[in-house]
Amino acid sequence: MLALTAGWLYPGDPLDMVAQPLLWPGQDAAYPLGTDSMGRDVAAGLAHGSRVSLMIGIYATSIGLVLGALVGAVGGYFGGYIDDMLVRLTELFQTVPTFLFAIVVVAITAPSSATISLAIGLASWPTIARLVRALFRSLRETDFVLAAHSLGYSHTRIIFHEILPNTLPSVIVSTSMMVAHAILIEASLSFLGMGDPNAVTWGTMINNGRDTLRTEWFLAALPGIAISLLVLSLNLVGDALNDVLNPRLSIREA
Amino acid sequence: MTTSPLLAYPLPVPPAAPALLEVRGLSVAFAGHAAVHDLDFSITRGETLALVGESGCGKSATALALMRLLPVEACMQAAHIRFDGQDLTRLSERDMRELRGKRISMIFQEPMSSLNPLLSIGDQISEVLRRHEAMSRRQARNRVVELLDLVRVPNAQERYDTYPHQLSGGMRQRVMIAMAVACGPELLIADEPTTALDVTIQAQVLELLDSLRRQLSMAVLLITHDLGVVAHWANRVAVMYAGRLVEQSDADTLFADPRHPYARGLLDATVKLDSGQHYLNSRLREIPGSIESARSARGCAFAPRCAHAIDTCLHAVPALVQLSASHYAACPVVTPNAQGGGHALAFG
Repeated sequence: MLALTAGWLYPGDPLDMVAQPLLWPGQDAAYPLGTDSMGRDVAAGLAHGSRVSLMIGIYATSIGLVLGALVGAVGGYFGGYIDDMLVRLTELFQTVPTFLFAIVVVAITAPSSATISLAIGLASWPTIARLVRALFRSLRETDFVLAAHSLGYSHTRIIFHEILPNTLPSVIVSTSMMVAHAILIEASLSFLGMGDPNAVTWGTMINNGRDTLRTEWFLAALPGIAISLLVLSLNLVGDALNDVLNPRLSIREA
Repeated sequence: MTTSPLLAYPLPVPPAAPALLEVRGLSVAFAGHAAVHDLDFSITRGETLALVGESGCGKSATALALMRLLPVEACMQAAHIRFDGQDLTRLSERDMRELRGKRISMIFQEPMSSLNPLLSIGDQISEVLRRHEAMSRRQARNRVVELLDLVRVPNAQERYDTYPHQLSGGMRQRVMIAMAVACGPELLIADEPTTALDVTIQAQVLELLDSLRRQLSMAVLLITHDLGVVAHWANRVAVMYAGRLVEQSDADTLFADPRHPYARGLLDATVKLDSGQHYLNSRLREIPGSIESARSARGCAFAPRCAHAIDTCLHAVPALVQLSASHYAACPVVTPNAQGGGHALAFG
């Protein structure tokens, strides 16, 4: 995980051909994880790929989070027609498979980190919207929200100041899961050759390794393992956050 | 007792001093079922009016209607709700927000859940101040400490940064009160402020409310079902039954001479300390039936449970009739009027 900051470990472009191709891991001390069919350092690729993956994961999630929280908050708070409309919109997005939607968006626009993030973000906001809406619907009935009304606070203030902070524990937990999900989608996209052509990502590396899968299986396996570990660890972080932020537990701790 | 010449006066005469709040013909309905019927009452500056009644008789609905904070599915109607010359029913939502928390504020029954669990109590109080008054952060902080002091929270300075879950119920209710009085409101609506607290804390909180009322010269609308509380802290009492006002008078008069059979029933159902009655271990007299049995289609809502009901009671809703300068009751049996003639009933 911390390899993402260690981009300086492998300065220079990971796309450079630095050594003789198809070195096995351990064959050359300078390239501990070997090189691929074009002589690119796998370790450098993994390190740089982690940056791209995480970056896209985080950007995509932020987009989805902001959009989803806004839609969910407004719909859940006001109810009525606004809510009905927003719920229909959410369902519309939700019926389209996330991955398919991302592929379509990337296919229409030029594949770059930004558009991929946008595509994944646009595809994944309904989850957050539904969560936030449900939380708002229950929280807006609470006494402290009524009390806030009785003190003359405006709707915006109540939404952002009183209710939204109270939804954060659940939202943060699902956010960490969303990052993992976004990373998987991004990896799948680049595996299908729809990734950013100018960046090394783990998905691309697996895709490239596919050609030599029978002889140099490590080329596909290593980034695969990296993806699994990253997603697994993000899920574990999510679980841990859940334990820490669970309202019942935090009250007991006080 | 005094059966002074009675005027069949449909509405209570406004008291001599101009009323701070005057409510006329307030009705509230939830999904077709009426919670409050045609309610009239008024509060003068600096007095405590207690609104008494059993659960579900429309007390809280009345309070929320005054603040215009009823849930969307409720609908409300009123001839007027005049607060210091302004008709609250005609005010825009924006003006209403300016009023809430500044000139009219409210405290709720549940101090446990009425505070935002994620903000420190000091921040919550200073938010109110900064919402309604142009104050810098630092000024607000100083004022908050003063307020916490005023509501007798010990170590106000240190308590600023505590969170609601670190405080007891009584302390939280004090914080709620501090928030409510932060901007020096003219009217404080206290919706069963002590029901969730234990008895010793109850007395402290009510004592606090009363002293704040005197210090800040604000009027208090005290909503309660506890007659002991009424006897102690209220200047005037309005008794509600099934969404209607059945009797209204000074607190002293009501306790000495209740007129409406429901008010009598309520008082009969309380333990009296003076007569040594509680040593006798006798059963308290209760009002037969429940509020559910009271849904008579027309006529007085209390009639089906009332021992003195006469024909008129079943056919027409009795109007509030003036008995003396400040005593009104809505019962044809005790208040002879056009229909009933002079029924001077001696109650046992």
